[in-house]
Amino acid sequence: MIVTRGFTRRRAADDRLPPGQYREDDFPVLSAGPTPHTPLDRWDLTVTGAVERELRFTWDELRALPVERPQVDIHCVTTWSKLDTHWAGVSVDALLEAARPRGGYVLAVCDGGYTTNLPLEDVTGGRAWIAYEFEGSPLAPEHGGPARLLVPHLYFWKSAKWVRGLVVRERDERGFWEELGYHDRGDPWLEQRYQGD
Amino acid sequence: MSSAIRATDWRVATVAAIASETPRAATLTLDVPGWAGHRAGQHVDVRLTAEDGYRAQRSYSIASAPGAPRPMLTVEELMDGEVSPWMVGVAREGDAFELRGPFGGWFVWDADEAVPLMLIAGGSGLVPLMSILRARRDAGSTVPARLLLSVREPDDVYYARELETIGAEVVITYTRRAPRGWGGYARRVDRALLRETALFGGRTYVCGSTPFVEVVAELLVALGEDPANVRTERFGSAAR
Repeated sequence: MIVTRGFTRRRAADDRLPPGQYREDDFPVLSAGPTPHTPLDRWDLTVTGAVERELRFTWDELRALPVERPQVDIHCVTTWSKLDTHWAGVSVDALLEAARPRGGYVLAVCDGGYTTNLPLEDVTGGRAWIAYEFEGSPLAPEHGGPARLLVPHLYFWKSAKWVRGLVVRERDERGFWEELGYHDRGDPWLEQRYQGD
Repeated sequence: MSSAIRATDWRVATVAAIASETPRAATLTLDVPGWAGHRAGQHVDVRLTAEDGYRAQRSYSIASAPGAPRPMLTVEELMDGEVSPWMVGVAREGDAFELRGPFGGWFVWDADEAVPLMLIAGGSGLVPLMSILRARRDAGSTVPARLLLSVREPDDVYYARELETIGAEVVITYTRRAPRGWGGYARRVDRALLRETALFGGRTYVCGSTPFVEVVAELLVALGEDPANVRTERFGSAAR
């Protein structure tokens, strides 16, 4: 361990923070390009790929599915974490059960061309949602609205903004950041920030 | 190959020099064992440890040219910051902290790219764009390049003297106070300003605060730029 001269603690330790993270009360925005704006009457969400039944939901159809309201901590790879965030959305379990996956991986695809890959087990078991509300209001475009994937137990780049499709894969296929050197799984408690961590 | 240093390995960086950029920002030149250069636009992760074992980790963009043997970070001191106040106000030559990287493969520019280069920075968002301008200069690249820099006042311009000879067209707009006798832009970046200054159809890099990047990127698209040509990086947090 190397101690840095003159550097002192300015914040209390918090065991809800994964290693290398600090607590942030704002909601920072990170994205690779301009924010897309797809009108809701042209928006849909599809579940395709290695599934027994391909699915497509319009905005109204998605909103008619049972609502869940997770309260979760979120962790960005750029080292901020935000605690006790409140969301509303649809469980990914509900979508995948209806599609009956035949592969072990999911590639989330988004407006603007963004993609991210996840093992199926990370988006099932009540741990992932298609979220369309944040803190009681419709999800703002810069935060991924109208709807984003929410997978709070992984670094937040996995919670793909502007999600439009879940593609089930038999083999893992890297998404946007993963192709550029970020970790395939991204568990913040294991500090899996980059490939090789 | 077992001795090769990987980007993900933590190394000890030693402060070789510190230069003040503005009253609130400093450039740290670092000695990093095994540093093999970077791609313009990339960042490093740094980790500081206090005597009681407390650690804080942040990401900082690299300001220096890709081939520089010693990477340079320019850090702005942020209110309520934890690492940036140390970097700007406490650090001195010979101090050490941990560093790993370089990282990032999207908000990067390589000198063999042939399309016009438009760089748009808000305040300290200039840092990774300066690495791009230095890369272009050092490589002798002849692609047209323009920097649009939005700052509050003259004191806020990083690298002011070097920008005069960087070999790219530099357009500055002052949003709060312009220099005496200033005849250029003196307002926030808006649609008309972008229409007059942006190079369209090449590659555009936008870096700054979240509201700045959001506004600029939206306006570029509204003015007809292909979103696929626009790469953004935001200082998402006020607490760095």
